[in-house]
Amino acid sequence: MGWLNAVVQGVLLGGLYALLAAGLSLMFGVMRIVNLAHGVLAVVAAYMGYFLVDKLHWSAFLTLIVVIPAMAGIGYVLQLGLLNPALGRGGLAPILVTFGLAVVITNLLQQFFSADTHSIQTGTIATDSIHITDDISIGVFSLLTFVVGVVVIAGLQMYLSRTRGGRAMRATSDDKDAAQLMGIDNKRIYAKATAIALGIVGLAGVFLGMRTQFSPTAGDATLIFAFEAVIIGGLGSLWGTLIGGMVLGVAQAVGAQINPAYGILIGNLVFLAILAFRPTGLLQKAVNS
Amino acid sequence: MSSLLEVRGLSKRFGSVVTAENISFDVKQGTALGIVGPNGAGKSTLLSLITGVLPVDAGTITFDGRDITKERAANRTKAGIARSFQIPRPFVDMTVFENVYVGAAFGASQHGQVGYEAAARALETTGLLHLSEKPAGSLRLLDRKRLELARALATNPSLILLDEIAGGLTEKELPPLIELIRGLRDSGVTVVWIEHIVHALTAVVDELMCLALGRVLAIGDPHEVMRSPEVIEVYLGSTFDLGEVS
Repeated sequence: MGWLNAVVQGVLLGGLYALLAAGLSLMFGVMRIVNLAHGVLAVVAAYMGYFLVDKLHWSAFLTLIVVIPAMAGIGYVLQLGLLNPALGRGGLAPILVTFGLAVVITNLLQQFFSADTHSIQTGTIATDSIHITDDISIGVFSLLTFVVGVVVIAGLQMYLSRTRGGRAMRATSDDKDAAQLMGIDNKRIYAKATAIALGIVGLAGVFLGMRTQFSPTAGDATLIFAFEAVIIGGLGSLWGTLIGGMVLGVAQAVGAQINPAYGILIGNLVFLAILAFRPTGLLQKAVNS
Repeated sequence: MSSLLEVRGLSKRFGSVVTAENISFDVKQGTALGIVGPNGAGKSTLLSLITGVLPVDAGTITFDGRDITKERAANRTKAGIARSFQIPRPFVDMTVFENVYVGAAFGASQHGQVGYEAAARALETTGLLHLSEKPAGSLRLLDRKRLELARALATNPSLILLDEIAGGLTEKELPPLIELIRGLRDSGVTVVWIEHIVHALTAVVDELMCLALGRVLAIGDPHEVMRSPEVIEVYLGSTFDLGEVS
């Protein structure tokens, strides 16, 4: 039976999608910003990882200690410099800014790295697998990605519900004016949220680069998968994003089992079905307009 | 006694709608100023300008001897300005306690145990302690109003701006609230209080200001202000206006 295997692989793939989508979910949840540059920023992280591994001969996982803080720093500056000023100018302005950013970054990547595909060399971990039954074997790297995805979502959720900074983020998300009157500087909270979001994107991007080949334009598909995971799970819900990622992963894996060409198509169809029949997502959280 | 709050020539317009036109007034340390005025007079907007949630078009705001006109809203809170909203705006996903704790933690920079205690005191003062663990979104109106006050108090303000905190309360619920606000004033907190229920205001405030169409119509002794012909006119309307409407 290949079906069970497809479901297992799909769930594991969902961990990567959740990782890619977590930052998108956080930025929307806290600031109502739809970050169209999210996908290409993951690709930027992948290129950073590639550069460190291929040119400076670092080991793949070691790159994370540079890529994650670097991406977080980019996020902080990006929010203070570009997105905060755009936020006061209507709902469309931040979307246009991130769209423009995506175009610029994609072209810069092509300028520096050409349009060729690359991947981050990881050694044997990419091919190691754990034998479960004759039909099912789990890739070590897939499992690791999944575990990291769950840990990141759980950690982020814990940060939001238990900590001082998380509380400030929830208050700001709920009512930024009332939060300011409690002494919370919303602009700085936004910068912190984007820093965290892009830090996670950094992690996700390196994992993406270890898993598949990528090129400067890979951000588009990445963005769409991340979006689908967020929407399937329900806007503003982190656990929803994890579930959304798994649903999307399973749909794609089962689709590919039917016919290798159908994977992405079935994933998109499931996404459309959720939009049509349960537009608030599986785990909904009311979105304040 | 020195002025804690000095407002000079404050103006704000939204397109062609003038919500504040050259407003000037002082509030002395430890006193209470009442603000009355018909709907649309710009009372709530004035509070938003003082707290910094809205930027001013012109004029200056001096708080505790410092020009805060350009200061960010969060910093004004930390400096000691608190506000309650007319329509309560609790953080609905948080518990009542968390709502108030946020005020203590960020507004008054009281963390951990000190912050918990400050939050508990604010809840006790406002009679909300027994509802601490309830989600704020589940509160009824009176309790939401109390939560507005508790949250503002938790930021440890030296100036508290109250926006129709008594609106919608019954005659029975009013006296304890009046006592509470009087007690605040007597403990040294400076109060600016917008209210339609004039007898509630006059029971507490030292001075009264009447606003209409974004302008100061009268300011001074509460009874004198309520007796002034201009104030009577905007409040009751002239007979001519009544005739025109009917």
